[in-house]
Amino acid sequence: MGFRHKDIIALKDLTKEEIQLLLDTADSLNEINQRDIKKVPTLRGKTVINLFYEASTRTRTSFEIAAKRLSADTVNITASTSSVVKGETLSDTALNILAMKPDIIVMRHAVSGAHEYLAKRVSCSVINAGDGAHEHPSQGLLDMLTMRQKFGRLDGLKVAIVGDITHSRVARSNIYGLTTMGSQVFLAGPPTMMPIGIERLGNVTVCKDMREAVDQADVVMMLRIQLERQGKTLVPSMREYSRYFGLNPDMLSLAKKDAMVMHPGPINRGVELSSSVADCDQSYILQQVENGVAVRMSMLYHVCGGEPVE
Amino acid sequence: MNLLIKGGRLIDPSQGIDGITDILIADGVVLQLGKGLAAPDGTPSIDASGLIVTPGLIDMHVHLRDPGLEYKEDIATGSRSAAAGGFTSVACMPNTSPVIDSKAIASYVVNKAKNEAVVNVFPVGCITKGGKGESLAEMGELKEAGCVAVSDDGKPVCNSELMRRALEYAKGVGITVISHSEDLSLVGEGAMNEGFVSTELGLKGIPWAAEDVAVAREVYLAEFAGAPVHIAHISTVGSARIIRNAKARGVKVTCETAPHYFTLTDEAVRGYNTNAKMNPPLRSAADVAAMKAGLADGTIDAIATDHAPHHPDEKDVEFTVALNGIVGLETSLPLSLKLVEEGVIDLKAMVSLMSCNPAKILGIDRGTLKAGAVADVTIIDPAQEWVVQAEKLESKSKNTPFLGCQMKGRAAYTIVKGQVVHTAV
Repeated sequence: MGFRHKDIIALKDLTKEEIQLLLDTADSLNEINQRDIKKVPTLRGKTVINLFYEASTRTRTSFEIAAKRLSADTVNITASTSSVVKGETLSDTALNILAMKPDIIVMRHAVSGAHEYLAKRVSCSVINAGDGAHEHPSQGLLDMLTMRQKFGRLDGLKVAIVGDITHSRVARSNIYGLTTMGSQVFLAGPPTMMPIGIERLGNVTVCKDMREAVDQADVVMMLRIQLERQGKTLVPSMREYSRYFGLNPDMLSLAKKDAMVMHPGPINRGVELSSSVADCDQSYILQQVENGVAVRMSMLYHVCGGEPVE
Repeated sequence: MNLLIKGGRLIDPSQGIDGITDILIADGVVLQLGKGLAAPDGTPSIDASGLIVTPGLIDMHVHLRDPGLEYKEDIATGSRSAAAGGFTSVACMPNTSPVIDSKAIASYVVNKAKNEAVVNVFPVGCITKGGKGESLAEMGELKEAGCVAVSDDGKPVCNSELMRRALEYAKGVGITVISHSEDLSLVGEGAMNEGFVSTELGLKGIPWAAEDVAVAREVYLAEFAGAPVHIAHISTVGSARIIRNAKARGVKVTCETAPHYFTLTDEAVRGYNTNAKMNPPLRSAADVAAMKAGLADGTIDAIATDHAPHHPDEKDVEFTVALNGIVGLETSLPLSLKLVEEGVIDLKAMVSLMSCNPAKILGIDRGTLKAGAVADVTIIDPAQEWVVQAEKLESKSKNTPFLGCQMKGRAAYTIVKGQVVHTAV
């Protein structure tokens, strides 16, 4: 089967087969990343614009490398250097970019739904590199790819996601993707960070504390606590948050022996993740980053109408 | 100038009338009601057989955006939109630019309306100077200038002491206080109702408690002050319950809801539809049911649209950036008639909610077709089907979630002081 979508905005929109296809392709493309000459001509002549309205190092770099390894031309636009500061609307910015005939716009935006808005107004493909607290599909895909590489499957895995679920687009994309693929998701976090009705998103259980979520888990995914964003009302202090919702070796020992520790980065050492856990053998954080390039190559390839890679 | 309305089903709850009744109008007032009325030769007449004749409908909560925001709406276009929707009177909110917090600005609205409006325009003044919530506006002078109520609509009066004094002082002046009830600290940066849909869309939510907490405060302040208060645009289960209980123990509280709150849920926001963004936000199915129950049992006194015109540049943007509000004057009647069709309320109740009660709450001499009353009449064709189309709306703005929707029922004639100001037959 082929990939029928012009855009990739949300994992919620994708079927099991489509997610499988994106992951299978990423696995194949990963081989390119191990070569001496890490470049194939697949997207030669295509133009990819990275339009970033929010600061990002990892995701933007990863998308840029992914595009370059497929021989696409890339241009980066960040909010600080663009006409955003001059008060241009998203719609006008997009139409101006579109006039230069790009094939794909990869966008990160602080407003949930900005990509849906953009995709309705441009003829080129739109890939979501994170919108508000809505979705971050490339992160969800690279997380699933990393899990699948280790366990050979996603079906039946117990995945704990711990932290600020309310404000996390990473959590939502993982919940949609993982439950579509047959995993069980267990959430933990202070009630101030647990949104209404989250358990209705699929095979999702909201746990009363972190121990319950981590108990016998195959994967423990820690979310970045955003010191700048959570303000003063959601938790009393980072110290107390870390005591109840931080991952340390004791807490990790409740999970399965070969459980994976994951984190979308950047990590706050000593807050959501103790340094010893971040650097231990069970930590797959750097492998996540590595897989990010392959997954993004796969996304770029498929929105351009690519056929499954042999 | 005379006018004879013949053969229509007159529903006038103020006189307990529901039956085929002719109306003879002379010099802008109702001269006579009766069966088979005759008029002098040459008197214009309207054949209203098969139609429903009611005291002119009143929308007690609209934004005409004039002065200052005429790119969204002005008194002339807003009044034409009202007429097209079957409204013969509107009360316009003071959050204009400048705000209506002085006799001078209120007089501007009254005078402009006199010259340009096709329906009656009753201005609402501010509760506080500048609408800033810091000190009382000159309510006595506002009333003298023609204001029928005071409200800081768009914002609550956050300071509870000031709200208490506003209720007490307004009672002395004899002017209605309309409360925009909302706890801003609970609203925060919320962009839609807090619930499952906001969780899925990743949008910041506004909890129902933000409204309930504020409504409860107004009820207790009114009870303490022994003064009336009117709560604008209620939308939650809790607001209806609080007001129902307050009325039962004799608190002088009245309230209104808007057609969108008894018609749509927050599901309408899906797709980040900015025409489904308003404040208070569209709520859950349980809240919609509570609005219907409140309308049915008399807890809710009025249907008012909160007609809030916005320019496309303010709506055709990312969801959180979009301004709150929708236009409502031209869709209110069919959406209310739908309640009648569903059996939630009967026609008599609908006329009370859209005419008699708003007149009483605002203390204006409307909402009745007794002999001698001002001849504001709405003649409704309950069977007429039509589709909401942007280019056909009279309002300057087209921001409504009902674009493209099939409607049943509309005003066939809107008559203000005996003059036909709108026809759709």
